[in-house]
Amino acid sequence: MRIRDTRGDRAYYVVNYSVLIVFTLMVLYPMVYVISASFSSAKAIADNSVYLWPVGPTLDAYKTIVQSPNLLIGFANSAVYTIGGALLGTALTVLAGYASSRDDLPFRRVITFFFLIPTLVSAGIVPTYIVVRELGLLNTRWAVILPGAMSVFNVIITRTFYQMNIPGEMLEAAKVDGADDFRFFFRIALPLSKPIIAVNLLFYGITQWNGWFNAFLYTSDQSLMPLQLVLRELLSQSAVNPAMIGGADVAEILKRQELFDKLKYAMIVVAMIPPLVAYPFVQKHFVKGALIGSLK
Amino acid sequence: MTSTTVKIDQSDGSNSGGSNSDRLQSDPKPGRRPSRRLGLRMRRSWQLYVLLLPPLIFSIIFLYWPMYGLILAFKNYNITLGITGSPWAGLTYISQFFHSYLFWPVIKNTLVLNVYALLALFPLPIVLALLMNSLRNQRFKKAVQLITYAPYFVSTVVLVGIILMLFSTTTGVVNQPISAIFGHPVDFLSAGAFRHTYVWSGAWQTLGYSSIIFLAALAGVDPELHEAARVDGASILRRIWHIDLPGILPVTVTLLILNMGQLLNSGFEKVLLLQNPNNLAVSQVLDTYSYQIAFQSQIPQYSYATAIGLFKSVISLVLILLANWLARRVAKQSLF
Repeated sequence: MRIRDTRGDRAYYVVNYSVLIVFTLMVLYPMVYVISASFSSAKAIADNSVYLWPVGPTLDAYKTIVQSPNLLIGFANSAVYTIGGALLGTALTVLAGYASSRDDLPFRRVITFFFLIPTLVSAGIVPTYIVVRELGLLNTRWAVILPGAMSVFNVIITRTFYQMNIPGEMLEAAKVDGADDFRFFFRIALPLSKPIIAVNLLFYGITQWNGWFNAFLYTSDQSLMPLQLVLRELLSQSAVNPAMIGGADVAEILKRQELFDKLKYAMIVVAMIPPLVAYPFVQKHFVKGALIGSLK
Repeated sequence: MTSTTVKIDQSDGSNSGGSNSDRLQSDPKPGRRPSRRLGLRMRRSWQLYVLLLPPLIFSIIFLYWPMYGLILAFKNYNITLGITGSPWAGLTYISQFFHSYLFWPVIKNTLVLNVYALLALFPLPIVLALLMNSLRNQRFKKAVQLITYAPYFVSTVVLVGIILMLFSTTTGVVNQPISAIFGHPVDFLSAGAFRHTYVWSGAWQTLGYSSIIFLAALAGVDPELHEAARVDGASILRRIWHIDLPGILPVTVTLLILNMGQLLNSGFEKVLLLQNPNNLAVSQVLDTYSYQIAFQSQIPQYSYATAIGLFKSVISLVLILLANWLARRVAKQSLF
């Protein structure tokens, strides 16, 4: 049955659309501005004539990034940490999630609690730092990837996925056919869990790409820095430091201070874009994750 | 024995998302003889334990060992002697923290920042979800969601970078109109503005994403209620007030209580990145104070820093357990 909107309802929708449009534009504007600024001419940025779209479009800043060895190393390091962290985190999570989803696992409840307790009692930064040091991992790539490699939150989501998608009958049938737990896991459960594996890979990948603190705390070597940390160092400088960028030619280019601001914008864009491109692929899993995550 | 284990396990989690618990309940329970001995069952499941081994080893090394390291709060940490070998110091560091002139300022900063964030950022996602839920244009709704979720996936460094650049007193685009109108720029990282910058940049980053859970709860509201109310001539505002809001009340109460369990957890990385000498008086929170003691002082005082961290962990644990108890009492839902 269709009922015509009353005048009050129409007013409501006008307000509703206006509020949402304004809010969406407010969310969008900083990202658009940063991208536009990174493509604008140094002069336009210096006299503040950039408001929305690039003014005097140029690729200078990106050329500088591509020509700067240190920035490229940061990019390569981030790629290594992202791929390594995604693979390791996903492997640990799927193993923990699958095994703890099996209701015939003796001590399952104890094991689940074992994974949950660290979410209640956080050890904090200093003890974790000391453990990383006692393991001899300071100034290695492992120190960036390993602490925080597995998220208990993801283990719970993954566990729930298996509980809901791998029915007990399937296991029973496979057992009747003589399959053991290994065989069932690798031949049946894993191939059926492609969606949850994809979610885990993307989640851990984004987390590692966005991470800077582990590298900041555990490493001091420029050659181990991820992109986010390079960006942080860049942001903390108000004047050009050629050593930071590396390469004599680049230092030449950067003599002009305006280009430096532009470089910051371009670096923000480079650090920001990959997760923004990746996240829509996991978007449909948010709801499930958000529900489980906040109530479990 | 077996059947109780299963039962407890099903009640351990979500009595919440209706479909979840329904599915769990209908989980087939393979018929097992309860008389079967535990040892035998464990031996039968050895392959599952092998699968569990890597995540268990990871947890022991990177989650439980640091937890054990919290005893450093009661020891004089000596690098060469390690956590276990270092001599005991008793309550020296705990009392040093209690008697520190920074104790109350740091506690106050932590609480003010978090309470402000909670009061400002808790109701807004609900409003956003209600607005989005009543949209009839699905395309528009999808677009709003896609855009407003995006900042959640932006790194803390990028967020702070955007703040530093756009809100800069000299070149920032935000300060251009402000200077034009008031004649002088506003320093958004000053002591007076720090909390607002922290909270409202958080709004930019998380409002959209935080609305997801309320949208999910709203999807569970029976559309027939809306139809019936419409037939009876209820305006949309009335329907939101009398149908939607009561529909999401349980989730709201639960989330509010659970959020209160996080009152000491400020966004450490963001505070650290936004901190500068000008705003230190309001931006020094428990986490950053502990960090500073350990890593930014002339002589690293690991034990003292651990004592501060321990203090925070203990209060946090109490808050979480309290919140969970309250959630169970009030909303009949809980974390565990």
